[in-house]
Amino acid sequence: MKLYEYQAQNILHKYNVNVTRGEVVTDAEEAAKVYNQLGVKRCVIKAQILAGGRGKGGGVKIVETLDEVKDYTSSIIGSRLITPQTGKEGIEVNKVLIAEAIDIKKELYLAISIDRSTSKITIISSTEGGTEIEEVASKTPQKIFKEQVDPMLGIRDFQARQIAFNLNLTGPLLTKASNLLKNLFKIFIENDCSLLEINPLVLTPDEEIFVLDIKMDIDDNALFRHKEFQEIHNSLDAGSTESMASEAGLSYIGLEGNIGCLVNGAGLAMATMDIIKLHGGSPANFLDVGGDAPVERVKTAFELIFTDPKVEGVLVNIFGGIMKCDVIAEGIIHAIEKVNIKVPLVVRLEGTNVEIARKILDNPDLHIIFANSMKDASEKIIKAVNDRK
Amino acid sequence: MSILINKDTKVICQGITGKSGMFHTEHMLEYGTKILAGVTPGKGGSRVCDVPVFDSMKEAVEKTGCDTSIIYVPAPFAADAIIEAAESEIKLIICITEGIPTIDMLKVKAYLNTKTARLIGPNCPGVITPGESKIGIMPGYIHAPGAVGVVSRSGTLTYEAVWQLTQRNIGQSTCIGIGGDPVIGTTFIDVLKLFQEDSNTEAIVLIGEIGGSAEEEAAEFIKMEVTKPVISFIAGLTAPEGKRMGHAGAIIAGGKGTVAEKVSCLRNSGVTVVDSPADIGETVEKMIS
Repeated sequence: MKLYEYQAQNILHKYNVNVTRGEVVTDAEEAAKVYNQLGVKRCVIKAQILAGGRGKGGGVKIVETLDEVKDYTSSIIGSRLITPQTGKEGIEVNKVLIAEAIDIKKELYLAISIDRSTSKITIISSTEGGTEIEEVASKTPQKIFKEQVDPMLGIRDFQARQIAFNLNLTGPLLTKASNLLKNLFKIFIENDCSLLEINPLVLTPDEEIFVLDIKMDIDDNALFRHKEFQEIHNSLDAGSTESMASEAGLSYIGLEGNIGCLVNGAGLAMATMDIIKLHGGSPANFLDVGGDAPVERVKTAFELIFTDPKVEGVLVNIFGGIMKCDVIAEGIIHAIEKVNIKVPLVVRLEGTNVEIARKILDNPDLHIIFANSMKDASEKIIKAVNDRK
Repeated sequence: MSILINKDTKVICQGITGKSGMFHTEHMLEYGTKILAGVTPGKGGSRVCDVPVFDSMKEAVEKTGCDTSIIYVPAPFAADAIIEAAESEIKLIICITEGIPTIDMLKVKAYLNTKTARLIGPNCPGVITPGESKIGIMPGYIHAPGAVGVVSRSGTLTYEAVWQLTQRNIGQSTCIGIGGDPVIGTTFIDVLKLFQEDSNTEAIVLIGEIGGSAEEEAAEFIKMEVTKPVISFIAGLTAPEGKRMGHAGAIIAGGKGTVAEKVSCLRNSGVTVVDSPADIGETVEKMIS
C-alpha cells in the first residue's frame, strides 16, 4: 500500500524527523487559512497523488501571495494531473499539501528498501538528489552508494557514518545525518515499510537536514498489525473496484480489454491474460480469487467483473489445489442466477474436486461453453466474443 | 530417484487442526505421504485423520522422529512456526502460508542461515515426488512419476505445466513451488543445483513471473552449471507496470523485472523459452524425444 506524501510526513514528524511545516487541504479557502497560519511568504503547494514526477507534471508550485495560493489550489483540485508516472489519463487531485518553502543548499537522495537477492535491507544514497534516480544510476553509477543492513543486527553506527561520509556530510552534520539514518531505519522496520524513499533530502544554508519529499510504501501483508494503516487503506479510493476487491479478499486490477478473467493463483491469472493476448484477444482484468475461497468470494468476483461495462465475455480458468473446483462451480451457478450473465461464459476447470464441479455445471440451461485446456479456453472465448459482433 | 522428498520422508503437519491443515492432511495421507504427527498448541492429545496431535514441535519430533514439516499456520504466527521447526531439528520445512510480512521473513531467513534446515516457500504449493510423497496442496492425480523436474514461483501455473506433461505421458521426478514472495527460503538456483545433481532428472521446467531478478540470476547459473535441457515460461507479459499482481513479488518496478528482460537472459543461457503457457508440455516432449 502506498501512502500519500502528507501521511508519510505525519509519520516522520512523530519520529521527530525534520519535515517542513504544513498541512493538507481540500479547497482554496482552507489553503488560504493554512497559508496565513504558516506566516511565511514563500510556500510550496504540492498535489497529493500516489505517483511520482509531480514537479514535471505541474503538480508542485512555489507561491508567494495569498492570491497565488487560492488561484493555484482551486485550479489544481479536481483536475487530472498527468506526470511521467501516471499514464495518459492522469490522476484526479483531491488534496494538496501546503508547506513552508525552505532554502536549499544541496539536494541529496536516500532510500531504504528490501533487497530480494540478498534478503537484506538496502540503504541507497546519492549526492545527486532531486533528479530521476534511475537516470543517475545509468549515467553515473559511481554516484550511487549501497549499504546492506543485516535484518538481525539493524543499522550499525559505522554504517550510518559511512553513508554520511558518502554524502559528504562531515563535521557537525555527521552526527545529525547518522542520527537521521538510524531514525529512518527504525521507521522502516516499525512501520513494516517495503519502500521509504526521500528525494530530495535537503541540506539548508544553516546546516540543517530536511526531508522534502517522501514516498512510503507499506507491506500489505503486515497490515494486520497496523490498525492505523488499515484505516488509511479503507479510506483510499474507497468505492473503486480495486478496493471492493481487496475488501472481499480478491486481487483485482482493471485493464483495457473486453474479456473478463476469473482465475485462481497470481501466476495462472497472469498466464491466462498472456494467452488471451497471444490469441489476439484483450483481457479486461487481472483477477485472482486466491486459495481456499468461499462461495461468497467467488460470487463477489463475478459481480466485480461485471462492474466493468467493457466486458463482452468471461473466461473462468481454475486449476484447483487449495481452491476446490466445486466451490467455483457453485459461484458460477449463483452468478448466472443473480448477475444475469448476457455475455458468453467459457469455463475451464481442473484439479481438486473437479468431478463434483463438472456434475454441478452439467446443465444445458446454463449456456456454459466448456473448455478442456487453457488454449482451448482462450480460443473459445475470443471466438464467442467475436461472433457476437 | 528424486530430490528433497521420497516415499520414506516422515512428515509433521504444523497447524493440522485448522481447516486447510485438516483437508490437506487427508489428501496427503491418501496419496501415501507418511504424516506421522501434527502440531497445534493447545490441541495436544487429539487426533486428525488418526494422526496424533502434539502441543509443540519438540515433542512431536521426539515422539515420531520426523525430519520434515509442512506449515499451514496462519500468517501472523507462521514465522514463529518456521523457527520452531528449525529449533526442533527439522531438516526440510515447507511453508504453505500466504501473507507473512516481509520483515518477518527477512529475520527468519537470516536465522536459517545459521541452521542446516532448508525452507521451501512461504506462499507456495509445496513439493511432490510423484508416486512417492506429496507434501503440499497440489492435486495429486495430475502428476505422474518420471524424469522431468519442475520448479516454479507460482502455484496453479505449476499445476498447469505438470498437467500438460502428464497428459503427454511425460512424468516428473520432483515438482517444487518455491513461492511468490519477495523473500523465500529456497531459490531457483538452489533447486536447479539439486536437479542437475539428480541422476533421474533428465530435463527441467522452470516457470517464472514478472518482478524481482530471480529468473535473471537463474539464467546466469544455468549458463555456468546446468547441462540438462531447461524449458521455461515467464508469466506477466500483459501485466501493467507498478501494479502488484496478486503475488507480493509480482510487480514491475521502474521498468525492471519485465518478461522481455527475463526471457532474453534465459535465452542467452541456452534455455528454451515458450511464448505461450499452453506450449510447455509440447515443447518438453520435442526436447526429450
